[in-house]
Amino acid sequence: MATALEDVGSRAIAQLDYVGSLNIQLWSTLRAMKSALPVVGNRYRWQATVRQVLQIGYDALPMISLMALCAGFILALQGAAELRRFGALHYVIDLVAIAFTRELGPLLTATAVSGRSGSAFAAEIGTMKVTEELDSLRVMALEPIEFVLGPKYLAALISVPCLSIVCSSFGIIAGGLFMFFSARLSPFLYFRYVLESIALRDVITGMIKCLAFATIIVHVSCLEGFRVRGGPDSVGRSTTSAVVKSTFFVILADSIFTAFFYFTGGH
Amino acid sequence: MPIISIRGLVVEYEGRRILNDLNLDIEAGETLVLLGGSGSGKSTLLRQIVGLERPKRGSVTVKGVDITTCSLSELKKIRHSIGVAFQSAALFNSLTVEENVALPLREHTALAPSIIDLTVWMKLAVVGLAEFGKLHPQALSGGMKKRGAVARALSLDPEILVLDEPSAGLDPIVAAELDELILLLKQTFQMTVIVVTHKMASAFHIADRIAMLYQGSFSLVGTKDEIRASREPRVRQFLDRVPEELANPANVSAYFQRYLERKEAFL
Ligand SMILES: Nc1ncnc2c1ncn2[C@@H]1O[C@H](COP(=O)(O)OP(=O)(O)OP(=O)(O)O)[C@@H](O)[C@H]1O
Ligand SMILES: [Mg+2]
Repeated sequence: MATALEDVGSRAIAQLDYVGSLNIQLWSTLRAMKSALPVVGNRYRWQATVRQVLQIGYDALPMISLMALCAGFILALQGAAELRRFGALHYVIDLVAIAFTRELGPLLTATAVSGRSGSAFAAEIGTMKVTEELDSLRVMALEPIEFVLGPKYLAALISVPCLSIVCSSFGIIAGGLFMFFSARLSPFLYFRYVLESIALRDVITGMIKCLAFATIIVHVSCLEGFRVRGGPDSVGRSTTSAVVKSTFFVILADSIFTAFFYFTGGH
Repeated sequence: MPIISIRGLVVEYEGRRILNDLNLDIEAGETLVLLGGSGSGKSTLLRQIVGLERPKRGSVTVKGVDITTCSLSELKKIRHSIGVAFQSAALFNSLTVEENVALPLREHTALAPSIIDLTVWMKLAVVGLAEFGKLHPQALSGGMKKRGAVARALSLDPEILVLDEPSAGLDPIVAAELDELILLLKQTFQMTVIVVTHKMASAFHIADRIAMLYQGSFSLVGTKDEIRASREPRVRQFLDRVPEELANPANVSAYFQRYLERKEAFL
């Protein structure tokens, strides 16, 4: 009994410690991020940010576009199979357009980014920890939070929403292709319907989700890197847990956001 | 007033006491050589001197500021005047050797890029790496990395230079050149140098004072002559290169005997 209580207690403390560290890391990054901004910040930090934007965003473009095309196509097909029975094939357009702007765009993007970049962040920072590079940054009076994390976070805040827009566009294009081939709906008409069905609110909620997901991915992955203790083997473990944890937290946060927007949005 | 003074320093890792109540004053402009067996806590002591870890008890005062309790911004200011070369070199693998050396200059000075280039070249030339500046650390040998780390430690012309086994892995010629460099730095810039080394000849060549660590305490701190004249058994063992009891054939066979007995008990 006592050991069971101890077990629960120590786990709870570990969880609290984790959340606390995440929180501290987030606030110190926000405070340190000014230096990563262009013009007002430090030139080298901004250069690092641009490099990160290319890595997180630009390099992920082919993968995200392809994923979005496939997902859009799947969604249209599955939707059409059901909707056709009610003679409501045109609702496929609303389905694809709204699902992508509100939900699938941010979510697919977040999954791809956490798999591509989250693991890379954890590996990079974990390796720096193991090889004492983080310590040598500190003794040079450079804070790893400002030097390493700041540019990554800013870059993710820029790239994830952009990727999400690309993702949604390709998903919608896939829907258009489907409608063209199955119902001979002209692309012009299709895009008019799409624009009519998306409200500004959908776009905004999608963007809010993107910013939240970017925050989760960067901070969860980087914390995994900073928490590496010991040798290279722990770097490997940290990359795995960075992807697992950040994907989990992204989906958790998504359900909370979606519930919130549902109950406040008057749907 | 001493530039560094250590009072009652106690460091524990996971309950294991590594440094036990150390007291030491280091005067400005002197070269202190830290001797001690492998695992005796030399690197741990250096990490305390540069403020990378908080001790369990005691204080480390650098230039009149207690770095175990001061704020991060004060610590950063102190660190501008300390150059550190880690035992593992810890050059940044993502940067070339030149960029490694240039990093503190870019971050902490407003020098023009051409001046920075020149300074970097001089620092690299001093450690014999001038032709290798464009390479990444992965492309260097172990000894070259060590020298790169020394060049980086020198880049801001620090008041205090901390070198953790800089000559390990260097051939005798380069090691001797490094010794001359340390003497030169002391004479021309009155630099305070703290060096860990295992090479006795080099220690006696460069040191003003020698401190010997044994099991977490100083077994002796004194000038070269005091060390040479010491009757302290630990010091004599170190200087006369007497192997630890373990290497004695009788002891080895006793160990082996005990191992066999234990093994039988398990079977
Ligand atoms: N991060 C750590 N966690 C736990 N124990 C540590 C840690 N760092 C060092 N130690 C322990 O502290 C002791 C001293 O280590 P330290 O690296 O200071 O030795 P050293 O004198 O520099 O040895 P060497 O000459 O081999 O470099 C060792 O017994 C080591 O096991
Ligand atoms: Mg050491």
